[in-house]
Amino acid sequence: MRKQISFLLNGEKVEVEVEPHWTLLYLLREVLELTGAKEGCGMGECGACTVIVNGKAVVSCLFPVMEVEGAEVWTVEGLAETSPGGLHPIQRAFIDNGAIQCGFCTPGMIMSAKALLDENPNPTEEEIKTAIEGNICRCTGYIQIIRAIEAAAKGGSDEGGVR
Amino acid sequence: MKEEFVNVGKPVPKKDAYEKAIGRATYIHDLKLPGMLYGKILYSRYPHARIVHIDTSKAEKLPGVKAVLTGYNIPEIRIGFYKDNTPLKKGKVYAMRDEVAAVAAIDPEIAEEALELIEVEYEPLPAVFDPEEAMKEDAPLIHEEHKTNVLRLPWKLVAGDVDEARKNSAYVVEDQFRVTRVTHCCMGTSGCVAVFDPQDNLTLYSITQIPYLAQRDFQEALKAMGLTGKKVRVIQTTIGGGFGSKLDTHCYEYIAILLAHRTRRPVKITFTREEEFKYTSPRQPAIIRIAQGCDREGKLTFRDVQMILDNGAHTSWGATTPSVMMMPISSLYKVPNVRYTAKCVYTNNTYCQAMRGYGNPQATFAIECSMDQLAEAAGIDPMEFRLMNANEPGEVTPQRFKISSCALKECIEAVGRMLNWKEKRGKRDGRGVGMASLIHVGGGARVYKSDGCGTIIKVDDFGKVDVFTGASDIGQGADTVIAQVVAEELGVRTEDVTVIDNDTDVCPWDVGVHASRTTFVACNSALGAARKVKAEILKLAALALAEPEDQLVMKDRVIYSKRNPEKKIELGKLLRGAHYTRRGKMIMAEYFYDPDNEMLDKEFKGNFSMAYAYGAHGVEVEVDKETGQVKILKYVAAHDVGKAINPMLLEGQIYGGAMMGIGYALTEQMIFQDGEMKNPNFLDYKILTAKDVPPMEAEIIEPWEEYGPYGAKGIGEPGCVPSAPAIANAIYDAIGVRIKDLPITPEKILAALKEKEKS
Repeated sequence: MRKQISFLLNGEKVEVEVEPHWTLLYLLREVLELTGAKEGCGMGECGACTVIVNGKAVVSCLFPVMEVEGAEVWTVEGLAETSPGGLHPIQRAFIDNGAIQCGFCTPGMIMSAKALLDENPNPTEEEIKTAIEGNICRCTGYIQIIRAIEAAAKGGSDEGGVR
Repeated sequence: MKEEFVNVGKPVPKKDAYEKAIGRATYIHDLKLPGMLYGKILYSRYPHARIVHIDTSKAEKLPGVKAVLTGYNIPEIRIGFYKDNTPLKKGKVYAMRDEVAAVAAIDPEIAEEALELIEVEYEPLPAVFDPEEAMKEDAPLIHEEHKTNVLRLPWKLVAGDVDEARKNSAYVVEDQFRVTRVTHCCMGTSGCVAVFDPQDNLTLYSITQIPYLAQRDFQEALKAMGLTGKKVRVIQTTIGGGFGSKLDTHCYEYIAILLAHRTRRPVKITFTREEEFKYTSPRQPAIIRIAQGCDREGKLTFRDVQMILDNGAHTSWGATTPSVMMMPISSLYKVPNVRYTAKCVYTNNTYCQAMRGYGNPQATFAIECSMDQLAEAAGIDPMEFRLMNANEPGEVTPQRFKISSCALKECIEAVGRMLNWKEKRGKRDGRGVGMASLIHVGGGARVYKSDGCGTIIKVDDFGKVDVFTGASDIGQGADTVIAQVVAEELGVRTEDVTVIDNDTDVCPWDVGVHASRTTFVACNSALGAARKVKAEILKLAALALAEPEDQLVMKDRVIYSKRNPEKKIELGKLLRGAHYTRRGKMIMAEYFYDPDNEMLDKEFKGNFSMAYAYGAHGVEVEVDKETGQVKILKYVAAHDVGKAINPMLLEGQIYGGAMMGIGYALTEQMIFQDGEMKNPNFLDYKILTAKDVPPMEAEIIEPWEEYGPYGAKGIGEPGCVPSAPAIANAIYDAIGVRIKDLPITPEKILAALKEKEKS
């Protein structure tokens, strides 16, 4: 039995019929054709599917679709499209700091970083590591990702928000 | 010299980072074609069994199912290095991961349901999982027609007289080491989409690291399917990690091809994470026996190594890793007398394949642990011992490698300095330092008859440059370094260069992204083409400016005369002129670069690579004697890379490699029980997370490499090679116990401490 849900997706209202057993990732990728969020494990262990729901980073591969009713959801696509110049400062920092190799973990990593910086604009290195602990990256060894998030945080505070 | 470069040596962001950062890069999982079906594979329930009967009738009747294949309704296609594998098994299964049947259906759920309806009757056979057991006379034969479980690959390298040298050595150490099965864990799981046109030409959307060798493999498969004279096009989507896992063509790809041909519809197969763990091939586990000796002064006299590798039930190109293991065994440090033999043994385990380092991490673990043991026996500081025996430029090694550039000594010294070695070493107070070095091919590697790579360059009306390369980008940054060297040569900016690298119909040939060869080989190839294009452009400019060619300089998108700098023309304008002129011309060039390296001869000797990359890693650890926990306090890496074309991407290779190496040392292990993998998920197979990142420093050492593009050598694999022995050596320095099998778990440390107390 399909049910209608409505929620805010990347700042725009979406009304869509869903099967109650779907995950948010399934809705995003297979129905709404937003393939930025990736399925790396389907079990909530790798973080490649991370999106932001009501300000919190969640693994969308486990997130029940019915729970997004009335919620505010942000994906990596929305981040770019609603930023000046088509690029959010976190995305810019990832590009400039060599934080992206194969890139499969990148969308989830960026969303975890966004959720962190929205809540804590000046995180310590340990806080950054904790925020992305659930996002596995096999290419970079995380170091340039951590640097990128530090750079994005600094850029934000120096210039008062979005660069 | 350095400062003159505009593009080379600069931390240019990766070319495709933008589309990856905004979520627009298309991975195989993101690809959907009209009418596409979803393929699913049924695997064996036994590690070794006869297939008595397969009944697919129920699955075929399930609505939405478009085809069901087994080994009994497809043509015979033999695949792998030894041709001992088939896409779907017939008669017998050899391992739990063996493919038995496959389904194509309109959605993945129906395909999954159909698998459950396939009935397979097996007659279990005795199985063998230990390579030493498998070598025994009465062991069950994995492949009966092969008559023995030992592969007929006689890996043997002999240089000098080991027995004589051993007799004359002042100090000798001998020991046995074991390395375990680990896997690539590419974040993007495996997958492909196969499509036939109505005339039976195949397009395969793929994540392969060897598009042109794969094209040939699939061409062979088409022939076996009765489709002779048909075309194969391989198009790579964005690749979610490689690390050697895509250097063979795999059963699932052939299955997708067979399903697409049967159904006349595009067929996609993608793996779940569990399938990725269970049904793709890991790095070879090995049992390594090593003896080394030195003279009274500490000069190495000999190295003697025997190895047994668990091949698993089928044979991939990974079975040739002993040829690369020979490299550190013969040529890491100056060792005049060398002997090495290796046996690859069939078992009913999952079969192994290439993984970053290609045998080097396994061999280096044994060599570098043994180096510390020998230093101790000789009473010499391990760092001094390494410096004393370090390789030097101009040396010819026992395997006949001609060492061109070599900064191993500088790397060892850098590690010593960064670790504060002299002060920290030898305390035995729960804290300790250790180091290990590496050699790797850095100037291509003649694994196949060709080590070549082609490039085509064209320039457009606006002074922009399109580079068509055979090289593949698996995240390492081939796309970017190629753009940098071409931009440097043509006097434009990296952002003016577009690199096209993913389509066998469009791009020229290349042997594949392996052996850390791409920066060296593909950039040399791109440079060759760029020089030809440059010559054409200068001819045109000489006419346009009425200046001799040898006075002309291309810089910052402009061509000007050295002697009359006011005489200049913008590159785009010059090129438009070439197109919009009567008898105009297209400025483009092709170049094929095949390095002047040698295939190993019958004795496994020869100058395998044009250049060799060196490095050393060092680590400071703290070991908790109560819990056995190892904490890395500091990790340092120094790498001799020739010229760093892109220091930022290069550092990424080092950090990523080192973290993979630390995982190999401490946490990663595929646990198998009776041939079945028991930890196929990220909770139980522990790769390192951001929380595990130790304080890490990388030092890049840049000796000029005469054969390298702008002096560069390869760096893709070296970062993961010396981590495990460096850590094992540091643990020994901290608590006086040596763990000889990977991974070094707290349980093993506690057991070793207990053992030490007893004695």
